[in-house]
Amino acid sequence: MIGGLFIYNHKGEVLISRVYRDDIGRNAVDAFRVNVIHARQQVRSPVTNIARTSFFHVKRSNIWLAAVTKQNVNAAMVFEFLYKMCDVMAAYFGKISEENIKNNFVLIYELLDEILDFGYPQNSETGALKTFITQQGIKSQHEDKRRAIPDHQPGDWANWLAAGGHQVSSERALPGCAGECEPPHVPTGGKQSIAIDDCTFHQCVRLSKFDSERSISFIPPDGEFELMRYRTTKDIILPFRVIPLVREVGRTKLEVKVVIKSNFKPSLLAQKIEVRIPTPLNTSGVQVICMKGKAKYKASENAIVWKIKRMAGMKESQISAEIELLPTNDKKKWARPPISMNFEVPFAPSGLKVRYLKVFEPKLNYSDHDVIKWVRYIGRSGIYETRC
Amino acid sequence: MTDSKYFTTTKKGEIFELKAELNSDKKEKKKEAVKKVIASMTVGKDVSALFPDVVNCMQTDNLELKKLVYLYLMNYAKSQPDMAIMAVNTFVKDCEDPNPLIRALAVRTMGCIRVDKITEYLCEPLRKCLKDEDPYVRKTAAVCVAKLHDINAQLVEDQGFLDTLKDLISDSNPMVVANAVAALSEIAESHPSSNLLDLNPQSINKLLTALNECTEWGQIFILDCLANYTPKDDREAQSICERVTPRLSHANSAVVLSAVKVLMKFMEMLSKDLDYYGTLLKKLAPPLVTLLSAEPELQYVALRNINLIVQKRPEILKHEMKVFFVKYNDPIYVKLEKLDIMIRLASQANIAQVLAELKEYATEVDVDFVRKAVRAIGRCAIKVEQSAERCVSTLLDLIQTKVNYVVQEAIVVIKDIFRKYPNKYESVIATLCENLDSLDEPEARAAMIWIVGEYAERIDNADELLESFLEGFHDESTQVQLQLLTAIVKLFLKKPTETQELVQQVLSLATQDSDNPDLRDRGYIYWRLLSTDPVAAKEVVLAEKPLISEETDLIEPTLLDELICYIGTLASVYHKPPSAFVEGGRGVVHKSLPPRTASNESTESPETAPAGPPSGEQPDVIPAQGDLLGDLLNLDLGPPVSGPPLATSSVQMGAVDLLGGGLDSLIGGPNFVTPPAAAVPANLGAPMGSGLSDLFDLTSGVGTLSGSYVAPKAVWLPAMKAKGLEISGTFTRQVGSISMDLQLTNKALQVMTDFAIQFNRNSFGLAPAAPLQVHAPLSPNQTVEISLPLNTVGSVMKMEPLNNLQVAVKNNIDVFYFSTLYPLHILFVEDGKMERQMFLATWKDIPNENEAQFQIRDCPLNAEAASSRLQSSNIFTVAKRNVEGQDMLYQSLKLTNGIWVLAELRIQPGNPNFMLSLKCRAPEVSPHVCQAYETILKN
Repeated sequence: MIGGLFIYNHKGEVLISRVYRDDIGRNAVDAFRVNVIHARQQVRSPVTNIARTSFFHVKRSNIWLAAVTKQNVNAAMVFEFLYKMCDVMAAYFGKISEENIKNNFVLIYELLDEILDFGYPQNSETGALKTFITQQGIKSQHEDKRRAIPDHQPGDWANWLAAGGHQVSSERALPGCAGECEPPHVPTGGKQSIAIDDCTFHQCVRLSKFDSERSISFIPPDGEFELMRYRTTKDIILPFRVIPLVREVGRTKLEVKVVIKSNFKPSLLAQKIEVRIPTPLNTSGVQVICMKGKAKYKASENAIVWKIKRMAGMKESQISAEIELLPTNDKKKWARPPISMNFEVPFAPSGLKVRYLKVFEPKLNYSDHDVIKWVRYIGRSGIYETRC
Repeated sequence: MTDSKYFTTTKKGEIFELKAELNSDKKEKKKEAVKKVIASMTVGKDVSALFPDVVNCMQTDNLELKKLVYLYLMNYAKSQPDMAIMAVNTFVKDCEDPNPLIRALAVRTMGCIRVDKITEYLCEPLRKCLKDEDPYVRKTAAVCVAKLHDINAQLVEDQGFLDTLKDLISDSNPMVVANAVAALSEIAESHPSSNLLDLNPQSINKLLTALNECTEWGQIFILDCLANYTPKDDREAQSICERVTPRLSHANSAVVLSAVKVLMKFMEMLSKDLDYYGTLLKKLAPPLVTLLSAEPELQYVALRNINLIVQKRPEILKHEMKVFFVKYNDPIYVKLEKLDIMIRLASQANIAQVLAELKEYATEVDVDFVRKAVRAIGRCAIKVEQSAERCVSTLLDLIQTKVNYVVQEAIVVIKDIFRKYPNKYESVIATLCENLDSLDEPEARAAMIWIVGEYAERIDNADELLESFLEGFHDESTQVQLQLLTAIVKLFLKKPTETQELVQQVLSLATQDSDNPDLRDRGYIYWRLLSTDPVAAKEVVLAEKPLISEETDLIEPTLLDELICYIGTLASVYHKPPSAFVEGGRGVVHKSLPPRTASNESTESPETAPAGPPSGEQPDVIPAQGDLLGDLLNLDLGPPVSGPPLATSSVQMGAVDLLGGGLDSLIGGPNFVTPPAAAVPANLGAPMGSGLSDLFDLTSGVGTLSGSYVAPKAVWLPAMKAKGLEISGTFTRQVGSISMDLQLTNKALQVMTDFAIQFNRNSFGLAPAAPLQVHAPLSPNQTVEISLPLNTVGSVMKMEPLNNLQVAVKNNIDVFYFSTLYPLHILFVEDGKMERQMFLATWKDIPNENEAQFQIRDCPLNAEAASSRLQSSNIFTVAKRNVEGQDMLYQSLKLTNGIWVLAELRIQPGNPNFMLSLKCRAPEVSPHVCQAYETILKN
């Protein structure tokens, strides 16, 4: 299991160090600094073995989180735990930065004591942790025992409901209610059903029930959360097409033309559109002309950033740019990174729809009708890239 | 105010000030002070001097302060064991606190304080906490048992905590179950033999129920534990698989991977004809692909595992090539792993897409990645014949870029393409030669030299090219030197007239001026070959080469199987067994896949087991040395065929290896042909020794009167030497047929199947007349008795001792070798009675120096009884005389190979010592015949 957990700043100074196992010595802290943080070359693996000690690391902005072990641990679990640790910290104090970590070091130690016991990850749901963590001002001595120790297993439905220790922390979450959703591949509204390659669920979902009945049944934790994540590769309507045209005019000039076409119902509006056109490192100047939106050359990011606030379906827009290059004798070719794009569209490009949402709340006697329910569809671009 | 201010106090007298603050009456001030202390502790300052003052703050009902003090204690208790005792009372008291949070906190912290004196006090509170009414306390206590075990294992056993922990597996709260499972699994690792977890269908059912209810982490603990279970049959395996499959939809990748591990392992037990098997295969692909949308670090772990899964069961992901295409922003470690898998998945169906991608990658910036991409193009050419032409032209395009490392990498792979498709692409040699000067890496230089040597007859200036390399011979790496030596010898054999000088030069460089033994040896071999028999040299050096393997970097099958058992863990990331990176005995129990139980499939079909042994039609896999032992046996398992004579094949192999260019293959050569013979003597020591003494164990034998004497079964192969398989046996001869009576006992914990047996060539051509038939799989602790009929038509090789028999037994686990001595009387045939006249004539005819005399001591029989007993073992009395009170028995016997042995047995009434004279045309059998006499007479 995890033998120790260290947090470093970008210089390799230790901000947090918690050792769980005897086989991890203080020198492990230095070994990681010397061999990974201070290593000259790029990190070639997120797992490093130094003198029979394995280091797992993730980086958040310029902060390094490293888990250390000498055993054959479950590597996937260690990384999942490190991400979870980041999520929990972010939930408590926002961005993971050196300053925030120093400001909250007592809290972090307390968290580390609670969510990792002898290197075994324990309950790490932020909502559940509130009961155990003193640093947020929840003084458990003022609470009666029943409230202090609810059974915090999200899977332990009955106990959790009985404990009733959960406040409504956002208008969207109901205290201890159970929900049920439409099976994702049931035919939606007369249209053909859509094929999903695979989907994964938040741990609050009863997987065995989904497996047998194909409906998503869950007890939502406090706050916002991602219930389901699905992957589909067939019949996706790509909301935008990006057509790039790059022409090298001599050695010091590059002409770029990019056309974007929106490919959805004309009545719908896409928002927050941003196209990022990479430019060579030796760019000396850029002239841009665009029909719609605003475009700017950002030298620090080596890219032309073109922003359009709104764009209706079945429209087309284009940008052309002239890029002046400094003559270089650097023979290394420009890697030509892809053009990337960000946007939001008010529908699910996969065609996925929620068929129904039912709410059961036996304790407080909510009926399904008393609950205000709504579904909003947003398609947000993840990585949307076009090779040029 | 924020906590960061605690990091800034660096002034002198700090400790003193902190001391005062810690002893302050105000709670807030105390708290502040402890925080400062902890801040100092974090940055590595020694604040141990404050120990008593901090401990004084422990007695508080403020949970926040208490936690801070506990944190300090965990860090310093070990360096201040005496003072740590001061804290014990408070701990014990806290374990009784009405607030379960405090009870749990106390027991958790106590377990972290690794001071012997404290552990003594921990036992009572721990016992209570394990039975606490609150599940939060119980789950903490469960982990605490593992902590205590780590400090003092004996104490945990003595106090009976292990039993309490086992009880917690049936706890009503799934989190408690999960932690108990985690703790027990860890403890069990340090006692590999103990049956601590005691997994049985009932407890498995409990775990599967808890699996549905516990946190993501708990699910991982439980799944990892399930993976260690071996279901009793395929039905149980299937029902567990069915209940584990829903986990594949969990958002936590580690849960998914652990579920994949359980499924991959238990699938081994399912018959491939089963519908469910196909369903399961289909279900595995989507979650594996989904893992590639996780964060890069997890993608890396997933990809390393997918690499194993693709090797074990290529059918799962064969249609998923596209998801392994590299993204621009992927970290380099993800890119490299994806590339690896792309090559493995490349097939005729997707090759066009793959090549287009690879070409794209070859123009990227990262040197390692580009190299690997170029190499991948070459691998594709070798793997998918239809694509070879396109690959070669792509490689030529890349060579034109003149990017140094691209050119070198391309040349290395083109060499392999030449070998795979001889006489097809040699037209590109000219282009390659143009780049000779830019090659600065040994591997590329060696490849180029190989090409020049191999195609010397087509390259007009081959001699000049090679000569140019020769100038800096001593500065080259060994790889290049060896290759240069071989290439010049090849050149010489092809164009002897012009290159005599060159070859002499390189031979003298290699043999006289080099310190490298491998180079010298290779030089001498060539030298002698060339000087003694140039024709033979040509046959050897220019012999046809074996085809090269389609797949590279395949993990050796047994290691692969082991790694499949470690899916998700570090071992699967490193592609090494845990023993390679874990210290001590912890967690290094060798794991292996369960055997298939449903059907009698003996081997996997080649399609599903690319790494499997090469069959006759698959000449393109050159297996590693380790596999050869098994493979040779596999090939020979049918009726015995006499192999090629040892000597010639040895030469052939040697030649092939020389050409292969590998340095180590030179040494590997001889081993290649003689594995059974070479391997058996290594095992000879103990089993043979015991076999001998047991065979002639005179006390317990009960001979059968009807047939010839049967020795009691002796242990031939102890379980220790054969991964749990124990073989004992004996030989019998009944009504003209010889058989080997075997008793196979499975002393391992897993089922054994797929038995087969093979004999090495032996003096009398003994060979199995039928395959070894073990009808049902052999479960643990089961014993099966088999009578294996033998014949004597196998190939013959004289053994030392004469009656030595080397046997190889194979099962699903491994191949094992042992040797045993068979009693010669099993070879005495029924028609061994010679005519009197014939006997006399033969006796005279055999020269006297062939007569051997033996004394058989302590034999209580009279002539009559001896004669009848010998006759039942096919030693026939031809005549009987009484000379001077002595009984003289004249006897004859015939061996299966037609050798007659004549005997004169002299028995003096009252004297228990018999005199035996044997006459035989092959006198070396005499001692063994005598032994047979002795055995028969005394039993």
